[in-house]
Amino acid sequence: MHSFGYRANALLTLAITLLALMCAMASFSDNINSPSPSAHVQVLNINWFQKQPNGNDEVSMTMNISADLQSLFTWNTKQVFVFLAAEYETPKNSLNQISLWDGIIPSKEHAKFWIHTSNKYRFIDQGRNLRGKEFNLTMHWHVMPKTGKMSEDKIVMPGYRLPEEYR
Amino acid sequence: MAWILMKALTLGMIIGSALIIWKALMCMSGSESPVVVVVSGSMEPAFKRGDILFLYMSKDPIRAGHILVFNVDGRDIPLVHRVIEVHERQDTGEVDILTKGDSNLLDDRVLYAQDQLWLQRHHIMGRAIGFLPYAGWVTIILTEKPIIKYVLIGALGLLMII
Repeated sequence: MHSFGYRANALLTLAITLLALMCAMASFSDNINSPSPSAHVQVLNINWFQKQPNGNDEVSMTMNISADLQSLFTWNTKQVFVFLAAEYETPKNSLNQISLWDGIIPSKEHAKFWIHTSNKYRFIDQGRNLRGKEFNLTMHWHVMPKTGKMSEDKIVMPGYRLPEEYR
Repeated sequence: MAWILMKALTLGMIIGSALIIWKALMCMSGSESPVVVVVSGSMEPAFKRGDILFLYMSKDPIRAGHILVFNVDGRDIPLVHRVIEVHERQDTGEVDILTKGDSNLLDDRVLYAQDQLWLQRHHIMGRAIGFLPYAGWVTIILTEKPIIKYVLIGALGLLMII
């Protein structure tokens, strides 16, 4: 009952159990945080808006994106992955979500930002539905913990509209 | 004789309980693979090589930003990447999905099968909902240095007999 094997086994089991418990507690502490984020996007310019050779609409735009996500960070936060998606409906699709820009926020200091950028990823429709299309710009964020459960949320900013004609 | 049977029974029970735990996890998560090990660095700094991801598969809609574990035809190792585009059909609710690793420059179209532009639900094994850092290194070492696997099994076998 007191051999090395038994003792090593008991020690290892205890260690793993304690580590798992600490991880669960760390993850649980994230629930206590009540965040109050804010975001704002301004579409400055539609750079171009064309019908591709394969028949799908594509648009390129320049935007000012600003947000304050500092309140999302806790001691157990490793990073926050933030992205801006254009969301709209078409006759064929009840939902289209296209990520236009994304970034990784490594710490609380970087979580309040303002950037001026054109869309990082191509905004291409499945079809030719974008002329005059009303769309939402939704800022999504995923909080990745140092250990435990990931969480996500978003702010929907409605009221954007694409031009009636290609240009 | 009874002694050998005892040893065999003990071994059988250990293997049996491991299987029961794995199958229970499969039931709870709804996925064939409730836990996966991250093997590439394409999702850094969120997930590093050697981290373990907990997966969950449900009928919930797939949305942009979700981290999915999926199979590509012709590849045997599943990929863990983030959804950057979703197109969901009005009538059937089926989806076309485009994914990309956080630290990759390009989206995953180069990784999909020839002529495949989108992923569909049937490619998805599950959605990552939590993770444990460093816990998967044992699996990586066993996979990439198979000699250690044989040494371990040999040692276990010896311990059983002794």
